[in-house]
Amino acid sequence: MAAAATSNDEPMDRVLFGDNQFFGVNHMSEEKARAQSMRFQDLQSILDVLDAAYAEGIRTFMCTSHDRVAEICDHFRANAARYPDYRFYPCMPYAHKYANAVTEHGMIEALRMFLPQDGAVAAMLKGGVALANKDIEAIMQMLIDAEMKMFHGLKTPVVFMQNVITDLLLGLRMHECFRVFHAHVRDRYGAEAGFITMNVPRLLDVLDGLGIDNPIVCANINKIGFRMCGGIAAYEEAIATRRFRPIAMSVLASGAIAPREAIAYVCAQPKIESIVFGASGRANIRQTKALIDELSPPR
Amino acid sequence: MIRTGMIGLGKMGLSHLAIARAHPELDLVAGCDASTYLIDILSKHAGLKCYTDLDKMLAEEALDALIIATPSKLHAAMVDKALGRNLHIFCEKPFVLDVAEGERLASLAKQKEVVTQVGYHYRFVGAFREAARLVASGALGVVHHVRAEAYGPVVLRRKGSTWRSTQEEGGGALYDYACHAIDLVNFVHGAPTAASGVVRSSVFSRDVDDEIYATLEFAGGASGQLAVNWSDESFRKMSTKISVWGTNGRVVADRQECQLYLRERHDALPGVEPGWTVRYTTDLTEDVWFYLRGEEYSAQIDYFAKSMQLGRLDGENTFASALATDRVVAMLVEPGTARTAPAAAPARRGFWSRVFG
Repeated sequence: MAAAATSNDEPMDRVLFGDNQFFGVNHMSEEKARAQSMRFQDLQSILDVLDAAYAEGIRTFMCTSHDRVAEICDHFRANAARYPDYRFYPCMPYAHKYANAVTEHGMIEALRMFLPQDGAVAAMLKGGVALANKDIEAIMQMLIDAEMKMFHGLKTPVVFMQNVITDLLLGLRMHECFRVFHAHVRDRYGAEAGFITMNVPRLLDVLDGLGIDNPIVCANINKIGFRMCGGIAAYEEAIATRRFRPIAMSVLASGAIAPREAIAYVCAQPKIESIVFGASGRANIRQTKALIDELSPPR
Repeated sequence: MIRTGMIGLGKMGLSHLAIARAHPELDLVAGCDASTYLIDILSKHAGLKCYTDLDKMLAEEALDALIIATPSKLHAAMVDKALGRNLHIFCEKPFVLDVAEGERLASLAKQKEVVTQVGYHYRFVGAFREAARLVASGALGVVHHVRAEAYGPVVLRRKGSTWRSTQEEGGGALYDYACHAIDLVNFVHGAPTAASGVVRSSVFSRDVDDEIYATLEFAGGASGQLAVNWSDESFRKMSTKISVWGTNGRVVADRQECQLYLRERHDALPGVEPGWTVRYTTDLTEDVWFYLRGEEYSAQIDYFAKSMQLGRLDGENTFASALATDRVVAMLVEPGTARTAPAAAPARRGFWSRVFG
């Protein structure tokens, strides 16, 4: 297998803005999640929060390829002059749309629904032809392209594979898919591939084996070890000793850790390149951004 | 290493396969599925030895255990075959569709002294375990009402094409969502003895129920209500909640949190003050060695592996335990118990909203 070279070592911003709060994802409370999805039903309320974050100097939006992100993208395309340095970090796919489709239609039918209707692969699936070796690569590329469509014309320097897919492929040992993703994102979009995972040490071993050098890996990194599989000690060791570009998410562990304590812990880990967080109010955004700026070592 | 085979590589099957392959004590030696697409992909790209025929896999691989994640109507025959070879068995829920058959298989498994487990993963969710612990403590006083609810966005338009859309094959919200809700009732409080006022109706599906409502009765005199609807788009994903009312308070739990309201202090819960006590998933969740979709999916496979190592035959989610859930399902499908409403006319929706549900 050919070693994949990294195409883009441009540093990521220290602070990235996440999107869970906009789409009713809350790891603490279904009620809070519902209240948030009510609040952000209106596109303008999402844009107001993104503007507030931008005003605080946060210019990277790390977001799933949720249907509603397409509307956000439209706004940023239409108002490009207002956000000259704005970046999107797409995370694909928004898995529930696939999961629900698979439950309702079965796997092959669901796959067909997400692929271009007129493509050769769709025709093949329809014809019941077994998948040949290189077809899985073609299917993955088409799925990536389908998810990337909404980001057309916007800066997307890093494109992520969502953790549910990363960790599924990791468990299934379909490691070749990581190489396909990495190569396609680089070749087609000039972007660096990122991998979101709940299993950092295990994933790093696999990416090393594939020759994916210095990968961007986004994972829960928090003081209480919440959803850090392999244990907090293994994560700390990996961060300290292994060659990769970590992004910390869930640093507040859904509010289980006080902000200053939570940020101090993450900032004390060497080499964490970025921290992604989501918030709904300007005061909250300002406070978290200020804490990260204050507690981060000089870059 | 425990030599393990898998049959059924659909949505749940792939999830189990990924988790089992990542487990340090399980040697997932082979998988089996009738779909040549999947077999082709997994053998070529995941290096998995694959079969399309269960008998052949069982004959050729010296297995210790079998994980079954096929459509529900196939469970009984496959469990039977695996028991014939004295294998430990993990079977997806629901256990079986016919209670008499389930009784025979549970009794055969007991006689063979093999580990059995059914995939009611909610019993491995921290918040539901906490609810079960609080109820079992007796601190709620006399329990008089139990309510189990499950809502989600699975069937949102009129169409039916997979096994899940056929009642005889164990499809519909009854065997999918409702089984989970019923099993939670059994887990947190204990199984009901009777069901009445059963409503099973279609919202969009042609051949199966999309919503199920019923009143439950319990041996101690408590009443219960079951409310299930998998055609509710207002939920982002499946949302399950159980509430238990007692003379001394109430417990409400969902996947994220467990809320307790206690009227007066109780010796069974030292240190818990009257009023609200809320515990969250971040606090209640135990670490797993590998995470995919939720700790509970990994935890239940790990529990199965531990049961096999320990020879634990009376653990969580045994065939006998899952059979108690099948018995409640049988009460709900008894002829004459249900009022079945006609399907509502489907609203016209655009292509993408139909695709993305």
